[in-house]
Amino acid sequence: MAHGGNHAASQAHGHDGHHDQEALRMMGFWIFLITDCILFGTLFATYVVLHGSTAGGPTASELFEMPGVIAETFILLTSSFTSGLAVLAMNKGSKRGLIGWLAVTAILGASFIGLEVSEFVKMVHEGATISTSAFLSGFFTLVGTHGVHVSVGLVWMVAIMLQLSRHGINSVTKRKVNVISLYWHFLDVVWIFVFTIVYMMGVK
Amino acid sequence: MAEQHPQSHGRDAHGGHDEHESHGSLKSYVIGFVLSLVLTAIPLIVVLNDMVTGTAANVVLLGTAVLQFVVQLFFFMHLKEEKKPRFNLLALILGLVIVMTIVAGSIWIMTYNSVG
Repeated sequence: MAHGGNHAASQAHGHDGHHDQEALRMMGFWIFLITDCILFGTLFATYVVLHGSTAGGPTASELFEMPGVIAETFILLTSSFTSGLAVLAMNKGSKRGLIGWLAVTAILGASFIGLEVSEFVKMVHEGATISTSAFLSGFFTLVGTHGVHVSVGLVWMVAIMLQLSRHGINSVTKRKVNVISLYWHFLDVVWIFVFTIVYMMGVK
Repeated sequence: MAEQHPQSHGRDAHGGHDEHESHGSLKSYVIGFVLSLVLTAIPLIVVLNDMVTGTAANVVLLGTAVLQFVVQLFFFMHLKEEKKPRFNLLALILGLVIVMTIVAGSIWIMTYNSVG
């Protein structure tokens, strides 16, 4: 069924099966994102169930320092916006604009990770490690998994920037930029819920 | 050909090089960004200053988070522009049903499962 629709559309554009395939790959990535949603859903469920089990260790409101977290939130939100600007530059055919906005996105993503790592290091130095309590196991697993996703996204984004500088904008690199930008928006959406459920509800 | 596909026709009109689903304009990204900033600022101002507490605070927090999720789906991820059949939307709904079942089910069962 999907085939019928896409096929007709590609004929309308005057393309061969190539466009068809790239569109199908976009959809495949979307389905991966949905399964990733389910992964984060289980981690959120675990965290929510365990967040009161502090085993005599520090609680959420004692531990979390909001200024850093608020900065992380706005940095990631802005990077989600700049990755959208990268796609816009690409649709205009501007390779320089595209790589430039991807670079801005990657720098913002790197500063997000920098802040998060320093937050984790500080917690561990205060004796709040992943093995301190069920609450902290849930916390480090959930927030750490999100951080790993962002880090993987950074490496991936740099690779795409290299590919773009070498091969320019074509139907393959175009699809890759669309995919990474979708991934980046997804990570921001997950962070909205980390920010709300873990941090805001933790300190209120 | 294009006349038979009113869904894609509108987009064909503004650029012959259009291909994939991810589109949108600068306007839609800016609107999405501004709305997201506002929806992040509301819980910060309202909850951290203790203007609301308890259950009301949770409602504000979760409400603004869900709204921001919807904003980003439409303005950043262009869910609305998907051509029929809307398989992406269907997959998303299935995923959300599974996530809600896992989260709500876990909370429910563990609330009534406490020993001692």
